[in-house]
Amino acid sequence: MHAFLENVGYDRWAITALLLIPIAGALIIPALPAAMAKRVALAVTVVEFVVSAGLWWAYRPEGTPFQLVATAPWVPSWGIAYRVAVDGISLVMVLLTTLLMPLAVLGSWSGITTRERSYYALLLLLTTGMIGVFVAMDLFLFYVFWEVMLIPMYFIIGVWGGKGRLYASIKFFIYTMLGSLLMLVAILYLYYSAGRAAGGAYSFAYDQILQHASVPVKTQFWLFGAFFLAFAIKVPMVPFHTWLPDAHVEAPTAGSVILAAILLKMGTYGFIRFSLPFFPKVALDPTVSAVIIALAVIGIVYGALVAMVQPDFKKLIAYSSVSHLGFVVLGIWALTVESTQGALMVMISHGISTGALFFLVGMIYERRHSRMIADFGGIARVVPAYAAVLTVVSLSSIGLPGTNGFVGEFLVLLGSFRTHPVAAGIATTAVVFAAAYLLWALLRVLYGALDRKENESLTDLVPRDYAVLVPLLAMIVWLGLSPGPVLRRMEPSVRSYIEAVQGRGPELQVAQQRERR
Amino acid sequence: MPLDLDTGRGLAMGLLPEILLTGWALLLVLLAAWRHGEPGAQRQVGWLSLLGLAATAAAVVWLWAKGAHIEGLATNVAVDAFRWAVDLIVLLGAALTILLSLDYLDREGFRIPEYHVMVLFAAVGMMLLAGGADLMVVFLGLELMSVSVYVLAGINRRSAVGAEAALKYFLLGAFASAFFLYGIALVYGATGTTKLAVMDFQVSSLGIERHPMLVAGLALLFIGFAFKVAAVPFHMWAPDVYDGSPSPVTAFMAAAVKAAAFGALVRLLLMGFSNLHASWDTVIWWLAAATMVVGNLVALAQRALKRMLAYSSVAHAGYLLTALVSGSLAGAAAFLFYLLFYTLMTVGAFAVLIAKGRGGERDVTTDDLAGLAESNPGLAFTMAVCMLSLLGFPGTAGFIGKWYILTSATGSGYAILASVLVLASVVSAGYYLPVIMAMYMKPRLHEQAHAEVKLPGVVRGMLAAVVVALLLFGLWPNTLLDAARDGSHAFLPAGTATAVAPVTTPH
Repeated sequence: MHAFLENVGYDRWAITALLLIPIAGALIIPALPAAMAKRVALAVTVVEFVVSAGLWWAYRPEGTPFQLVATAPWVPSWGIAYRVAVDGISLVMVLLTTLLMPLAVLGSWSGITTRERSYYALLLLLTTGMIGVFVAMDLFLFYVFWEVMLIPMYFIIGVWGGKGRLYASIKFFIYTMLGSLLMLVAILYLYYSAGRAAGGAYSFAYDQILQHASVPVKTQFWLFGAFFLAFAIKVPMVPFHTWLPDAHVEAPTAGSVILAAILLKMGTYGFIRFSLPFFPKVALDPTVSAVIIALAVIGIVYGALVAMVQPDFKKLIAYSSVSHLGFVVLGIWALTVESTQGALMVMISHGISTGALFFLVGMIYERRHSRMIADFGGIARVVPAYAAVLTVVSLSSIGLPGTNGFVGEFLVLLGSFRTHPVAAGIATTAVVFAAAYLLWALLRVLYGALDRKENESLTDLVPRDYAVLVPLLAMIVWLGLSPGPVLRRMEPSVRSYIEAVQGRGPELQVAQQRERR
Repeated sequence: MPLDLDTGRGLAMGLLPEILLTGWALLLVLLAAWRHGEPGAQRQVGWLSLLGLAATAAAVVWLWAKGAHIEGLATNVAVDAFRWAVDLIVLLGAALTILLSLDYLDREGFRIPEYHVMVLFAAVGMMLLAGGADLMVVFLGLELMSVSVYVLAGINRRSAVGAEAALKYFLLGAFASAFFLYGIALVYGATGTTKLAVMDFQVSSLGIERHPMLVAGLALLFIGFAFKVAAVPFHMWAPDVYDGSPSPVTAFMAAAVKAAAFGALVRLLLMGFSNLHASWDTVIWWLAAATMVVGNLVALAQRALKRMLAYSSVAHAGYLLTALVSGSLAGAAAFLFYLLFYTLMTVGAFAVLIAKGRGGERDVTTDDLAGLAESNPGLAFTMAVCMLSLLGFPGTAGFIGKWYILTSATGSGYAILASVLVLASVVSAGYYLPVIMAMYMKPRLHEQAHAEVKLPGVVRGMLAAVVVALLLFGLWPNTLLDAARDGSHAFLPAGTATAVAPVTTPH
């Protein structure tokens, strides 16, 4: 495999191709007959996945952190260039994205019946935007991808969503934009600071800003705040989470899947890629990190508790995301190798499990046109295969050992227990809550008396549903039983990231010592 | 190409664009008077006016490419790249206005071929306004422009609202001109000159930075400009006037008139008062902040699309002021870049409004656009691109412009004003997005909701060009960034002018 990739020069063009293939698809689709749109979209996303699969082998964990670098001049007078690369962290996020996109197309197959061409074209544009966010190594480029991604998602929710789609879509848009625009000012501030420190070599390159930006600590607080707000809204952390249930519930199935599986991860990815490395002194300031960890823990518990009382299955899953993402933030701010790797694992497995849950809810909604838990009951007898899959996926979302969900949460708790025992202790209780809300929901949906006539004639999973679910189930089992290969690819990047952050933020040691005492 | 404005030939060259356009406009007045009332006259004069604008633009480009400049003493008229840049933007705005008007005038039953000539005269005024290096020339340009636009605002004699708009504009405009003139007098009293470059020199050599007469004069000049560009709190006239005027005229006022007045303000600040930067930056700071915040918040409350666009143009005046606050070359370049695309997106948005609002643009609300994407996908796409560009969304030229403004402000230490700008932009999403939402996400009110929407071929071609420009330069802005930078270099410290505000920033 290595030799083959080398022969075709994969390292040079891979990332650029990943960004261009979906755009090409999005440009072709509007010119085709409407019936062809989904087939072409499927073909494009499958090709995209196949191309991206090469990253798994092409990326050498033992090498430099950032690999497959590609650059091209863009706006030279402002020091803006097309700079892309992957490290162990973005690698897995890119693969998660490319894996989910064909499934998202399949999952929309029968649900999307109006304006199909626009829908699939937007889905493909969204793919480019998401991959771009993970691979951008230039802050201008990053910002462009970060914002541009909003438009397809805005339309997907607003045009193909449910009843409250207009409100949900504009709320989603404005919330996200509020955060990112302040980040824009902070980016510019860093750009000038780094440029001056580098003797007039102004550039938006990630490395340049990381090395040279020297901002007074007082100002750093503001800059950190701007970045933090942008990412915290995206994650979303409590109290910036109110857009999420609306967007999730109103979005079409594929929209919810992508939102949960990938868009939310951009916030936590941003913490790892920008917030901590750029402003270690602020991020690890005892007060700041205490507040953030407190918010994370509140999110974990609050999300779980609110999920428990939701009558709408989709909303339940939406709130469970708030809870899971709290784990990720906790893991990131605990800043140990285990906890960070755990956070990344939670990001991946939440993408897979919650993605699968949204697909499953979408499937039942297409059949029954209801998502209310109370409308179901006892359907395990009618749709046994569906029930089995839903059970397995729910168990993985709860974090049952042997599934993907366990690995991440365990690592987070293990890693953060060393530095933040109290927070980790409270977070542990949420694992119990998670079991409570999901199992209780399962109980009400799948078991009990089959007391509704409409539920008696539900059809079970069809081959297309299997095509969506089997890859996810395979990932659930594979990551649960042997997370080693993924962890190995992330570990060197995580280590160098943690060393860099700790090296630049001496306050950390102080904080840790305080904790130990 | 060095020019000596003391010789007849040098003066003719230096004023070539203005002379060309004035002469052409005078000929067209005759033509219009001679053929008045004939059915095809309006269109004929319109096309000939476009020809005149194109020839003038060619002259401007020629002078710019030749590197025309003045050697030696300060003159009444600037001969520099900044003037050419603003000239081209003004000419573009005038040309787009005429293109929009050709069908509009027929459609609304105005048989007034002089309309186009008034646009030409206004354009001459704007060119003088932005090119004047002497306050007397600036005032001359201001008056020529204003009087022409007063006429244009009230060109629909049958409309009471139009008459009200024209009268209001005239009264307040005259008021502003008085302020302006008084300001000139006071500044002259303090410095003994009306030439901008000499003024700058006098201020520092006489050490009269804090002289009350100078400060009062500058303040009056500011008020005059603030009226013309509709900066808060001197914006009260704008929405009513914009609302009552015929829509192409509104587009002209929102785009070209503002462009020229801003151009003159930039020249005044950077050429005439660069040594006073420390005292005027606070004024501009507050004007900018207030204009952005108030403009956006009030726009949010509008239901009629035309009033919404009027207030949005007030908000954009705030963004442009933000570019000026640093007094740096980067700011001037950012200003030019933004101004160009502001003109394009504003005219684009008004063109869609005109296409939709047959006989009553004033009544078109955002909801009336519901379902436009189904019946007129091209028009909806144009509007969406214009809205996103006005919002400053990445991928459009509006984003690059806003980025440039933010860069110039942040780089000179005005990060807080930059933050105000981005927060105000978030507010603006609250009224730009519903337009897109209505067009794409709401169903048509009834089958025939958009049956009357017709786009003449000319307008269609124009809008296609606008969309292509907004998207193309949103992704690949390099050429125009260079041009904007070249334009801003007109204010490089040289000759009699002493140092401009310290420039430590790249642009």
